[in-house]
Parts: sequence; C-alpha cells; structure tokens
Amino acid sequence: MKRFIAFVRKEFHHILRDWRTLIILFGMPIIQILLFGFAITNEIKDASIAILDQANDAHSKALINKILSTDYFKLEQYLSNQSQIEPVFRKGKVKEVIIFERDFSQKLDKEKISGIQLLADATDPNTATIILNYTQGIIAGYQADQNVLSRLPFNIQVQTEMFYNKELKGVYLFVPGLIAIILMLVSAMMTSISITKEKEFGTMEILLATPMRPGIIIIAKVIPYLLLSFINALIILTLGYFVFGVPVHGSITLLLFEMILFVLTVLSLGIFISTVTSSQQVALMASLMGLMLPTILLSGFIFPIENMPLLLQIISNIVPAKWFIIIIKNIMLKGTGLAIIWEETLIIFGFMIFFISLSVKNFKPRLA
Amino acid sequence: MRTLKFLLQKEFKQIVRNKAILRIIIIAPILQLLVLAFAVDYEIKNIKLFFVDQDKSHFSSLLFSQFDGSDYFFIENYSNDQNDAKEAIHQGECDLALIIEPNFEQHLYRDGTAAVQLIANAIDGTKAGLSSSYATAIIRSFNKTLIEQYSIRGNLIPDPEFHQIEPTYSYWYNPDLNYQAFMVPGILVLLVTMIGTFMSSMNIVREKELGTIEQINVTPIKKHYFIIGKTLPFWIIGLLEFGFGLTLAKIVFDIPMVGSLFTLFAFAGVYLFVVLGLGLLVSTLTDTQQQAMFISWFFLVIFILLGGLFTAIENMPLWAQRITFFNPVRYFIEVNRMVLLKGAGIADIAWHFIVMAIFILAVNSLAIFRYRKVS
Repeated sequence: MKRFIAFVRKEFHHILRDWRTLIILFGMPIIQILLFGFAITNEIKDASIAILDQANDAHSKALINKILSTDYFKLEQYLSNQSQIEPVFRKGKVKEVIIFERDFSQKLDKEKISGIQLLADATDPNTATIILNYTQGIIAGYQADQNVLSRLPFNIQVQTEMFYNKELKGVYLFVPGLIAIILMLVSAMMTSISITKEKEFGTMEILLATPMRPGIIIIAKVIPYLLLSFINALIILTLGYFVFGVPVHGSITLLLFEMILFVLTVLSLGIFISTVTSSQQVALMASLMGLMLPTILLSGFIFPIENMPLLLQIISNIVPAKWFIIIIKNIMLKGTGLAIIWEETLIIFGFMIFFISLSVKNFKPRLA
Repeated sequence: MRTLKFLLQKEFKQIVRNKAILRIIIIAPILQLLVLAFAVDYEIKNIKLFFVDQDKSHFSSLLFSQFDGSDYFFIENYSNDQNDAKEAIHQGECDLALIIEPNFEQHLYRDGTAAVQLIANAIDGTKAGLSSSYATAIIRSFNKTLIEQYSIRGNLIPDPEFHQIEPTYSYWYNPDLNYQAFMVPGILVLLVTMIGTFMSSMNIVREKELGTIEQINVTPIKKHYFIIGKTLPFWIIGLLEFGFGLTLAKIVFDIPMVGSLFTLFAFAGVYLFVVLGLGLLVSTLTDTQQQAMFISWFFLVIFILLGGLFTAIENMPLWAQRITFFNPVRYFIEVNRMVLLKGAGIADIAWHFIVMAIFILAVNSLAIFRYRKVS
C-alpha cells in the first residue's frame, strides 16, 4: 500500500509540475463555458436587413417601422433600385431584402389586397427560414392592426410555448455536452498520452522492473486523472448552475455516480489506446480522430442524432458519450431518476467492462 | 538558399516516412468531410409531432392531414388528452406537441377565431425554433385555404373592408435550402485549420522533447531559414488537403462552385500562413507535445465555435462578435461561403485579404521573436 501511494504521488508530481497544462486543464472548461454560455444562442437577434421601398407612403412606412421596432431586425440600408439587391447580398451582411411595390398603399386601400416581396439569403438555410417566418409574422400582425373593426372568419391563432428553455439558450445543451467532452479529454486523452510517453521515453521499462504488479502501476497512473477530471466536471456543474442557472432537477448523488461511471469508462478507453500505440503523436492523433471528433459530432452534443443518415445513427451507438449525454440531460434538465435511465447506465457499464478486458488482453508487461 | 533546400528535404523525409502521420493526412479529410457533412445536418426533418385533438371535428382532421402530408413532420403519436403530449415531451419521445382546443371548429364558426397551441421541447433551441416555425407556416397556409373554401359555403363572407397583405418570398443562392451547401465550405476550413495547427505546433516541440533541436541549434542555420523550413512543407500539405477536400466536396456533395477557384486558393494560401504561424507560436511557448496539443486544442475549439460554422455570428452578443474579429477561422469560412455559393470576387473579399495580411505579420513576427536558439 505504501508503494502504491508513492506511485500515485509520483504521478501527481508529474502532472502538477507542468503548470502550463494545468492552467489549460482548468482554464479551458471555465473559459469555454463562459464564452459559449453567453455567446452561443439560437435566437435570431438584430439580423441585418435591407429595404427597397418603392412605395414610400404611409402604409409602407408604418410597416417598416413595425418591422424595425422588433429585436429581430436591424436596418442595414435602404436600397433605391432592384440592381442593388445582388451586390448587397454578395457582400454578405444583409440576410433579407424587403421590397415594397410602388402602388403598395393604393392597392391596399382600393383593392384591399397588396403584396410584399421578401428575399432571403439562403446560404444559411435555417437562418433564412426563421427570418422569413418572423417577417411574415410581423406582417400578419400589421394586417391585424389594420383590421380592428372588420374581421376575417376562420382565424386560427397559434400560441407557441417553449418548454424547458424559454429563451432558446444554447447553454442548456452545452453544459451536459461540455462535461462529457472535458471528462473525455482529461481522462482518455491525457492517460493515453501519459502512458505512451513513458513507453516512448523508455521509462515504462523502469516502472515494469519494479516489484509492483503491472495492473497496479496502471491503476496508480490513472488515479490522479480520475481526480482531476472529476474536479473539472464539478467546476462546470457549479458554473452552469450559478452563472447560467442550468438546473439540476434530479438527484445529485445519482449524477455524481453516473459521472464516476463515465470517467472510469473513458479511463479504460484511454488505457486501451495506450496499449496499441507507441508514440505520443500517434496516440494524440488517434485520440483526436477516434475520441474527440466522434464525441463532439456523434454524441448528440451539438447535432441532433435523429437528423443523421441511418449509418451514422447506428455508428453513434458505439460512442459512449452519446449515452452519457442522454443520462445527464435527463437528470439535470428533466429530473428523471434511475428508473428511466437504467438502460443507458447499463450500456456505459458494458463499455467499461469491454475496454478493461481489451486492455488487459493487449497489455504487454514486457517491451518488445 | 542551399541550406533551405536541405532543411526542406529533411522535413519532407520525416513527414513521408512517418506512416501514421501520412495515413492521418490522407484519411482525416475523407473522414471529416463525410462524417461531418452528414452528421452536422441541421436541416430539420422528421420532427416528431404529438398531435392532440381535443375537438375531433372535420377541421381538426383536415389540419391533421396537413401535418401528416408534410415532409418535415412525422406524427409520432395521437391522442385527445394534452397531458399525454406533455408527458411524451417530458420523456423526450416527441419534439413538438400540437394541441387543438375543444370545440375548435365550433369556435371558428361561431366566434370566427380559435386557438391552436404549440409546445416545443426547447432543450435543443435551434430545433425548437425551426420546428415551431414550420408548424406555424403549415397552420397559416391551412388557415388560408380554410378562409377561401369555407367562408362562402358557411355563408361567412369575408368583410369587404378587410385589408390583406400577401407576402411572397424566395430563397436566394440556395433555393432548395440544401444544408450541406452551407456546411461543407465551412468544414473545409476546419480541415485545413486542424491539420495545419496540429502538425506545425507538434513538429518543433517534438524536436525539443526528443532533444534533436539542440543539434539544429548548434548548426549555423539562420533563425528565419529554420522557420521557413518548418513552415513550407506544411503549407504545401495544407494546400493539397484543401484541393483534395474541394474535390471531394464537388464529387460527393455536388457543392455549387460559383466563384473562381483561383481566388479561393489564393486566399487559402494566405490563410495557411496565419494558421502555421499560430502553430509555430504555440511550439515556441511550450516544451512538450502534450502541452502543445492542449494549447492548440484550446484555441482551436474557441476559433471553431466562434467561427460561425455552427451558430451564426450575427446571433452572438456584441462583445462576442467583437472577439470574432480576431478569429482567422471566421474570415476563411466567410470567404469560402461567399466565393463558392455567391460567386464573390476579389473586390468583395479585399477586406478579408487585408486582415489576413495583418494576422500574418503579427503572428509570425511574434513566433520568430519568441523562438530562441537555446533550450
């Protein structure tokens, strides 16, 4: 036991004396969550629009006023003729051009029906869709204002309610995802690299020549990382809770238990990577391509899995982070208990057993 | 000049004989483009809808068939109790619930107005925003047909004083709203940036860590020769990667290429000097590959997430938008989209070139300044 503790202490020394890595290790999650918690929103605000007002009369002015008085849009410029539309779109800033015909008001007053042309820059299709929808909503509102006395029959009113996340904040998705990414980064990447480093430098041989059993050596190596990643996850949780009000509706004990389970799983994954690679560069690239990208892309962290083609949906099942994110989203945002997420928990547990047995099988106590 | 030639020769040999790195250089773009472009599909389809019909009338069934026929929606469940829908959203089984109030049809006939309620699961904000947008559009068009077809039959003729404004709309540059046309140009930037930063930042540090940098330091090689020798190979690889990625984008995704490829490559060439300079700077600031990797990763994640690839820059708060002015990734993504999709010419992106030139000067002079021939 004394020897074991000495080993763990050695490992801590290795980590703690590298202050640059430490700063990044703890600074990264903090900066990321602050930055993205505040910066990433899906709400359309102040989208730049250009207006070609050929009518320039009471109705068009009032409607323009109404459009610009919302938070959604801000006026980039007035256009004076059709030929200016293409250049203004090409510059890239303007997302929508609104065109009023010359006889807009006359038609509206005399024929009771008038048209407006909306052009959207659809290089970003989703923004274009939402912007057009907002504009149509505002126009419909103006139409209602004009008809206070007369009413159209069969008028359906739509009331929209956003559950769980009224302001469409990105941070609700981001906190669970970031926890998974950080745990992955610290546990899997750092362990795989630190073990390969000992291999590359030949110090692994020295360690193996000690009377310690190889399994114990590995365990001693991962304990500090387990601790570090756990502290990191707690920092993210606390920041999410106090700065952004990301709630933890469910049981905290359950959440911590699931976090430990996931950390153990990715640690065993990191050990596995180190057993099959021989240089830090390869270990790094393998973790980047094999761990980070799938974790970011296929875990449902930013991108909804159900939108992906079937093949990717199937592949996403072997990404442990996917299950972990489902679990913490459920616990944090919805407050569900183990009764609903036991399957996902079991899957992660299965991953852990799988990686541990793979590493044990691959581990060579001798160097070639 | 001869020294430079030998240096370049050495670097290329080192890169080419490292099978693992070579494999990554070739596989990474294929993997990234294919997986990313398909995975990062924000084109919302198959929104799982819970349809709650508390009215069970002719009108409500008409509305049901409107949603049933739409490509965007998949009717996951149907019920006449709105608590079922709320529970389904709570369980994550549905994305959107549409609730038709009791006596919907009767209200429409008698009061001329009735309500439909939409409840979105907004944990994924984008999806919630879009799906409720689509649903509103469907209800709006349903409302229109209702007015046209039933007001006369039901003897409810529209008030002649009613003023109607009919917006028509069109989507420019991407009329099919193809999301990949939007994503792939951005992913290409990611590709070039990641390969460039990681390879160049790890390279010098590796020499440091293995101690071989000492051997170079004792030679009479000039500082800037050394830097050029370390940069140029990755510059060439970066451009090749970009070309490779563009080819894949054309073949696999049939991305429109409206603008000039020459402009695009010219910008890529300039941009790579910024990226490689950043990699150099990182390598001068660190001692081990682990550190280099962490620092590169740290900045890359920030650059990428603030680059306008996944979330539009104009939606960010003002201070975050200001930060993006210092983000090289942002400029390249913009240029790529502008040139490929809209056919922007040199004049349209002159500003981007100027900014890149400033970045190159700043980053590289800092890197050369920081690089010391001592360990």
